[in-house]
This record gives sequence, C-alpha cells and structure tokens, in this order.
Amino acid sequence: MEFFDNIGLGFSVALSLVNLLYCLAGVFLGTLIGVLPGLGPTATIAMLLPVTFTLPPVSALIMLSGIYYGSQYGGSTTSILVNVPGEAASVVTALDGYQMALKGRAGVALATSAIGSFFAGTVATVVLALFAPPLAEIALKFGPAEFFSLMVLGLLASLVLARGSLLHATGMVVLGLLLGLVGADVNTGTQRYTFEIPQMADGIGFVVVAMGMFGLAEVVRNLENENDRPTIVSKITSLMPTKEDWKRIVGPILRGTAIGSALGILPGSGSILGSFAAYAIEKKVSKNSAEFGKGAIEGVAAPESANNAGAQTSFIPMLTLGIPSNPVMALMIGAMVIQGIQPGPSVITEQPALFWGIIVSMWIGNLFLVILNLPMVGMWVKIVSVPYQYLFPAILVFCGIGVFSLNNTEFDVYLMALFGVVGYLFVKLDCEPAPMLLAFILGPMMEEYLRRALLLSRGNPMIFIERPISATMLGLAALAIIVASLPTFYKKREETFRE
Amino acid sequence: MIHRIMRSVVCALALLAALQAHAQQYPAKVITIIVPFAAGGPSDTIARLTAQTMGTALKATMIVENVPGAGGTIGAARLTQAKPDGYTLFIHHIGHATAPALYRKLSYDAMRDFDPVGLINDGAMTFVARKDFPAKDLKELLAYVAANKDKVNMANAGVGSASHLCGMLFMSAIKTDLTTIPYKGTGPAMNDLLGGQVDFMCDQTTNTTSHIKAGKVKVYGVTTAKRIGSMPEVPTMSEAGLPNFTVTVWHALYAPKGTPKAIVDQLSKALQEALKDPTLKQRFADLGSEPVAQDRATPEALRVQLKSEIDKWGPIIKAAGVFAD
Repeated sequence: MEFFDNIGLGFSVALSLVNLLYCLAGVFLGTLIGVLPGLGPTATIAMLLPVTFTLPPVSALIMLSGIYYGSQYGGSTTSILVNVPGEAASVVTALDGYQMALKGRAGVALATSAIGSFFAGTVATVVLALFAPPLAEIALKFGPAEFFSLMVLGLLASLVLARGSLLHATGMVVLGLLLGLVGADVNTGTQRYTFEIPQMADGIGFVVVAMGMFGLAEVVRNLENENDRPTIVSKITSLMPTKEDWKRIVGPILRGTAIGSALGILPGSGSILGSFAAYAIEKKVSKNSAEFGKGAIEGVAAPESANNAGAQTSFIPMLTLGIPSNPVMALMIGAMVIQGIQPGPSVITEQPALFWGIIVSMWIGNLFLVILNLPMVGMWVKIVSVPYQYLFPAILVFCGIGVFSLNNTEFDVYLMALFGVVGYLFVKLDCEPAPMLLAFILGPMMEEYLRRALLLSRGNPMIFIERPISATMLGLAALAIIVASLPTFYKKREETFRE
Repeated sequence: MIHRIMRSVVCALALLAALQAHAQQYPAKVITIIVPFAAGGPSDTIARLTAQTMGTALKATMIVENVPGAGGTIGAARLTQAKPDGYTLFIHHIGHATAPALYRKLSYDAMRDFDPVGLINDGAMTFVARKDFPAKDLKELLAYVAANKDKVNMANAGVGSASHLCGMLFMSAIKTDLTTIPYKGTGPAMNDLLGGQVDFMCDQTTNTTSHIKAGKVKVYGVTTAKRIGSMPEVPTMSEAGLPNFTVTVWHALYAPKGTPKAIVDQLSKALQEALKDPTLKQRFADLGSEPVAQDRATPEALRVQLKSEIDKWGPIIKAAGVFAD
C-alpha cells in the first residue's frame, strides 16, 4: 500500500540519527521560547534562518517545524503559571489554566495540556499524512464570503468566553473591533487611527495587546495585593491528573482535536479560531460549565488540544500548495527557498523524502515533547512558588524582550505598557479582556473578507446567502442569536455566569 | 631643533600609519543589513543570500535585521538615522523608487538621503490567471478583458506592492479601469487565484513558478525585456501583445548618506564578487531571477536606475490617484 510505503520512507528519513537530533533540538528550543513569554516562534525562526543555510534541507525543516509546535507546548506554560499568553492561541488557556494554578493545581493543568497536545498532535499527523492534498483543495473552496461568515460565527462565540455580564462582553467585543481597525486600510492604504505614527501604519500587534492586557495587568493587580500570591504554595496538591480528572478531559480532548484539525487547515486564522471555538463549544456542552473561568480542567484540555492539532494541520496548505497560512509558515517557505526547494504542489512528488520525513518527524517530535515536558512539570510548578518580588521583574523583562523582538522597535514596548494600564483598569471595571482579544484578531479579517466579497459581487450582499457554505454558517449564527435571546435561556445565563 | 622636527615627522608618520591601519580595518565588526520586510518573504530571501555571500567576500559577518512596516518606509527611515560608517546598510526593492509617490509624508528623501552601493538583481514578474480562465494567450485575454471589463477581477498583494504596480501599469497600458481586489500579501492572493475566486494577477516568479509548472494557473507572459531562463517557453509581454510592457522587481544595496567613498567602493566590489558566486546565481535562478551584470552593481548604475524608476512610476501612480498613507 502506498500510504505505508510513504510512511516507511518518512520513518527512514526522520529516524536517522542526525534528523532525530535536529528534531530534539527543535522541540527543546521551541519549548524554551514558548516558556519565555513573548519570545515567539516567528522571532526565533527568523533568527535561526542563517544557521539553517548550512544544514541539509530536511534537517533544517525538521528543526524549524519542531520549534513551531514545540513553542505551542511551551506557550501554555506561562499562560497557566503567570497569566502571560505569549501567543494568540494561549489566551484561552490562560482563562482556566491560571485559575487552576491559583488553586494549587498548576501541575495538573500543565500535565493536562501536555497530554492533550500529544494526543491531538498524533491525530493531526495522521490526518496530514492521509488527507493533505485533498484537504488543501477543499480549503481553496473557502472564498471571501465563506470566511466572512465563519468570522461572524466566531465573533458570536467570543461572547461565550465572557464570565461576567453580557453587556460588558459586548462592549469589549466592540472595543476589540475598533482596535483592530488601527492601521492602513487594505483597499485604499488610507491610515486609520494611526496619529501619524509610522509604527502604527500596519496596525497594533496582537502580542503587544495580549501581553499588556493579560501579563502586565496581572502583575499590577498582584502587586496591589501583596499577600495574595505566597498562599498558593501551601496549596499545591498533586502534579498528575486524578482518575476523576481523566474522566473529565477525555471528551474535551477528542472534541478539541477534531475542531482544531478542521480549522487549522484554513489559511489565516485557523489555529487561533480553533482554540477559541473548542473552548466556547466545551463551555456549552460541558456538565461543569459553571466552573468555566474558575479553573475548569476542560477549559485547559480542549483549547490546548485544538491549538496543537491546528498547529500541525496548518502545515497542509504550506506543504501541498506552497501557501503560508501564518507568519511562521511564511518563514518555513523562506527557508525552503534558501535551500533551493521551490515550495508548491510539486513538493510531494519531487521531494517525497522531505515531505514524508517532515510529517513523520512531527509525530516523533510530539513524543519527545511529552517525554521532555511531563517530568518538567514539577520544576515549572516551582516557579509559582518563587517569591513574587523576584518573579514579577523577570516577567516584565521577558515581556519587554519578547515584544521588542517582534519588529525590533521600542515603540511596541511602550504600547504594551499602555495596554498594561488599560488592562488593569478593565480588571477594576470587571470587564473581561478575552472577548476583546478575539474581536481584535477577527475584526480586521472580517472587514477584509466582507469588503473583498462585496468587491467580487459588485456590491451585492446576496453573495453571502447564495453560496451554500456561507449561508449555512450565517444560519448557525442567526440560530445562536435567537437561542441566546430567548428569555428563559437569558435568565439561565444570568444565573449561571453572574457571580 | 632637528630633534623636534624629527619628532613631528615621526608623529605624523605614526598618525598616518594609524589612519592607514584604520582604513584597512573596515570591516572590523559585524555589518547589519536592514531589510524593510518580514523574514521569509522573497525580498528577505534575496537579501539574506546576498548578505551571506558578500560576507564571505568581505571576510566579515553580515546579519539581516528585519524592520518591516509601512511598505518598507520604516526600515528606510531607520537607515537614515544610522551612522554612515559602513556598518549599517539597507536592501530594498523597487518600492524604494515608488515610495516618494505613494507616501506623501516621508521623513526622508529617497534619492538624497541614501548613498547607492549597487544593484543586486532584476526579478521577473508573470501575468497569470486561474486555470479555467477562457483566454488561451495574451491577445485573447486582452480581447476578453475588453469585452467583459465590468466582470473581470484582478488581484494584487496590497497598496504599493509589486503586483499592484504591475496591475496599474497594465490598466494604463490597456487604458481601461478594472476592478482590483487587494490582499495582504501575495500568499492569500495566490490562494484565491488557485481557488478560482479571482481571475488574474501579475506577480513575481518567486510566487508563481511552482504553480505554473504544476498547471494550477495559466501563464500569459513575463514582464522582463527578454525571456527568462527558468521558463524559456513563456513569451515576454511585449512579444505576447503588449509592446514595451516591462516591470522588474529590482533589489539594491544602499548605505546611509555620507558613508566614506572608500567604504562604498569596497562594498560595491564585494557585491560584484558575491554576484559572481555560482551558488548565489543558482538560488537566484530558483527564484526566477538573476544577478545584474557586473557594471550595474555599482553606485553610478544604481543612482541612474533609481532616478529613472522614480520618474517612471511617479506619473503612473499619480494618474491612478493612489496613496498609501
């Protein structure tokens, strides 16, 4: 059978000693940079590009991929331990993961994240190996109209993320949309809300907002309350999930993997939407939905699985079409070009050893990550017990370095500080930053797709209803609104989520 | 007295020797090349290959610093603030020549504030359409566009991008305004072209070659004056039916204004050396591009090129009424 031949070829490439070492180096480095808040895979891969010039192409790409999905593992660590999401997908993990840490269950949260990620990574690798080319073709059927409708659905889901009142959540969503408008208009190049600052011409960076609103705001809030943190130490219970925990995470991991794998294939926002969607759906279907936002283990398991599955399936458009679905994939394409490989549909046929070698190495890499991360859980948890007066300057420094490394400009650091102040005010006003961040990510894309769809239809809005996939998603969105506005449901929601 | 004269002579000689040593010392430390685009893109790849090969020629380490944003003008502005000591350089593409027309509030002058070092390459663009587009060659495409000018959609990679420039030139050549669909970068634009959401676009060979070879898009012509080595069967746009339609995405190396001439010359020599390197030539060819001839990797040639491109694109951009700020 061809499939087994291909996988066999992949194993023969990925299991060579050299490639195993580069895979290990990649995932180790990835975990490390994932743990350091702000220093993301994009900056790291960009810095390492020159190093890869001298390596054989397969080894170079195996290592770079390892950095990428390794950082997805590591990224959740800071979200859980210190409430600093270094990348978009970890924002959701911070919601319940950090609450778990505050309750002394940081070890369980970290272990859950590692287990969920490993399972999702394994499944996504199989999906990638079996269906990569046909899936890429399906993703191409997603035109501007379909994407717009998907984003509408995603935005509605963001309201579910909120713990407090619906009014506050809606307000934050609108604020997120407005922040997303900052920068040059994609169609005309007109500057919007940039105050003639050239660094704002391309909009505000996600990491800048996320680290300000989550990380810095949390630091300020903790410092306000000096005796808050040390009490956690005494409460650390077990490091590994209990039998009861296992029962609770199986479902979320399965659902998260499915959602993450599916959305990861779509270019642009795939893996981000995946973790948000997985969380939102889990909150709806879970028996324990009242616990969400207060340290529900499902709220860690689902998005972490979705996030890792999405990271893996986002390789599909890159490997099969040569189209980057996110900045990291763009860098991988750059690395291939420098190695003399022309990314595109021909890679599978012309470079089978490369294609299958990378896919199999992802599974091996995921195995490395579990072996690497589970024993380290105990060590990471100790970080929480470091006296806060030593911990918080370190958080600030790493946030500063991470944000600076994005565009090599100090402007972003000042902007992050500003968002830290804003974030603190919102904590005081009882407004959740999570819905705002999702709207901030989705808003600009939604606008882009809306305007592109209308350009293509020459201004006829029927395009959103005439196309079946788009119509289905808008239908679901309408249904969600109707259900949400039913009086009984509304009352129930108020009861459930009002503290 | 003689003693004193001797002493001054010795002093002067020592000083001269020190100066000499100092001049010979360049490059004594790491040279940073500012690239005004994100890492991984085609321009970044060109810059990194050039930096690596030039570094060998200069016996120095050259590193690339990506300063992306605002169509490359943030990186350009960064260079004008750098010390003109040859340790901070700048690689930009054709966008350096179009920025003065696209941006009304530039903090620098694209000609005056830069010391040209030399041209690097001429990148070809290709005119491509979705694979089921009815026209078989450029003549048929022109006829189809003339008959369906309200229906066709031309994609580009955003305001000021090379594909946008090529599209503007196309519309001005056929004297017809078409609906253009801007994207954020060539990746998403190519994605929609492959999916058949848009009809055609003009894009760099870097992005189109693999799709052309796999038969996923149709190709109508290359925008260079001569056919290109990687796709010799594809006619030039002039041959295919649009006379004098040439656009190249050329990259060039600049130093900050006031860099000592000796250093600029040394850099220009190293650039010429690098462009002769077979590996670099091969990698450029893989990208559908080729290094410029030796006599164009010089400050004079770049000065002439920059001036003539500013003069060429200024009126086209003004006529199209396009601004990026």
